[in-house]
Amino acid sequence: MTQKVSLAQLIRDEVHSGMTVYLAGFSHLIPFAAGHEIIRQEITHLTLSRATPDLLYDQMIAAGCADRLIFSYAGNPGVGLLPAFRRAVESGQLIIDEFTHAEMIARLDAGAAHLPFWPLRAEPNDLSRHRGRKTVVCPYTHETIAVVPALNPDVTLVHAQRADEAGNLYVWGLRGEMKEAALAAQTLIATVEKVVPAGALRHRQENLLVPGFRVKAMAEVPFGAHPSYAQGLYERDTAFYQEWNRIAKDPESCRRWIKTWIKEVADHQAYLQRWDPEHWETLKAKGGSLDE
Amino acid sequence: MSSDRDQMIVTAARLLNNNERVLVGVGIPNIAANLAKRLGAPDLVLVYESGVIDANPDQLPLSIGDGTLVRNALGVLPMRELFFHYLMAGWIDVGFLGAAQIDVYGNLNSTIIGSYDAPRVRLAGAGGASEIATSARRTIIVMEHARDRFVERVDFVTSVGHEPGAIHSQGPGPWRVVSSLGVFGFDARGRMQLLQLLPGHTYEEVLDLSGWAIPRAPHAIPTVPAPTDRELAQLGHLYATLPKGVVS
Repeated sequence: MTQKVSLAQLIRDEVHSGMTVYLAGFSHLIPFAAGHEIIRQEITHLTLSRATPDLLYDQMIAAGCADRLIFSYAGNPGVGLLPAFRRAVESGQLIIDEFTHAEMIARLDAGAAHLPFWPLRAEPNDLSRHRGRKTVVCPYTHETIAVVPALNPDVTLVHAQRADEAGNLYVWGLRGEMKEAALAAQTLIATVEKVVPAGALRHRQENLLVPGFRVKAMAEVPFGAHPSYAQGLYERDTAFYQEWNRIAKDPESCRRWIKTWIKEVADHQAYLQRWDPEHWETLKAKGGSLDE
Repeated sequence: MSSDRDQMIVTAARLLNNNERVLVGVGIPNIAANLAKRLGAPDLVLVYESGVIDANPDQLPLSIGDGTLVRNALGVLPMRELFFHYLMAGWIDVGFLGAAQIDVYGNLNSTIIGSYDAPRVRLAGAGGASEIATSARRTIIVMEHARDRFVERVDFVTSVGHEPGAIHSQGPGPWRVVSSLGVFGFDARGRMQLLQLLPGHTYEEVLDLSGWAIPRAPHAIPTVPAPTDRELAQLGHLYATLPKGVVS
């Protein structure tokens, strides 16, 4: 049975210094509230893994949570680069294990299937040459096929629009590599926008991400993905994605932002209240509500 | 009078044909693909590496995973399906990409400037670009022309072009490069050559702003027709759809 706990307890119980963690979600449903709580609890020496580190990992890198990053695209899409990530790599403070998107997904597929590696049609480039490209010979066709090693995060955390009391997770919209990241993990935990009675979403089979028996614990965290978005509930805070570039370019203003908006607020509720109420009006979901 | 950037976007948009399936990269290619869909290619199938199939956005998306791409899309696929079962299985016609650097052979760099172990500038990295470049049936690259971006040899090969020995599973690799100065193709040896100039620009400028002497194709070099009022108006409309406070 999935335990339902507070966000602070969820992170305290399941995320510990030195772990490999995967906070999943491609552009959509990025678990910002959970990442901020990891910063607040001063958990360090993490290996952060995510295909797209996005602003969340930039903030966690700036806050000193990470020793290592496993990733495939560390940019701020449509805006530019991730300033804190850039500083950490250029100064040699962050170790990186870098892949392409397809390779990252293949690593998770192997992890989820309890296989040591996964084959894919990845042609040689400097990335694979740099890490030492590995191949196998197909026993059927004798073709040489590239392989990548399994990735099994100690903990994967996903953010979903809904869970029922049994911990069954339901997602609407883009999933990216969420499911593979969830199933590759030793321990899967979740934050959700809202918990509904057990069985209440049995008619939404196509929205089931994973069944509750795979989810160890969850916390209810409304707006837990801001400034990313939750389809049907609230829009991506595009203006903040642009603003972050300005904030984080200067290490001092980056540090100040993390102090003011994460460390000095008690919890995610307090973070939400720091914003002007009108701000939330501008992020109201377009095109109707969640189709439950 | 249109800006060089707008001319480049309009020129790139014209290279996309109706009904083609185009895998759209982030940044300028995203603007150009959305423009093409509002001009001559209304049935262009916009595919995004986030998993969106046949997007029909009512606004210009800033990222490639925006909600506006999902609303009214034909569907959303898990990334694993999009990459392994569509892109890498040969179902994408056009890869539409940007990059930080491009070289003689159309190799693309979106990883680092300098050396990998001690980078001068750490860029975002490959994302899906490497697979797109080797799996799409043809690749169109759109990027601003500058001496440190059109280089003889990229600092890092993120996505392979036509260099000897390069393998592309499904397609012939880079087909066109649209820059702020001109449109380029590749000769029989896979080396870049100038095909057309953008209005207001000269071959001398191309030579001046490139890290090697890009040859002209062996026939007269015409100039791309200037953007029409309609094209520029549509581009203006597209920019105007961005949320308040957001710049393109």
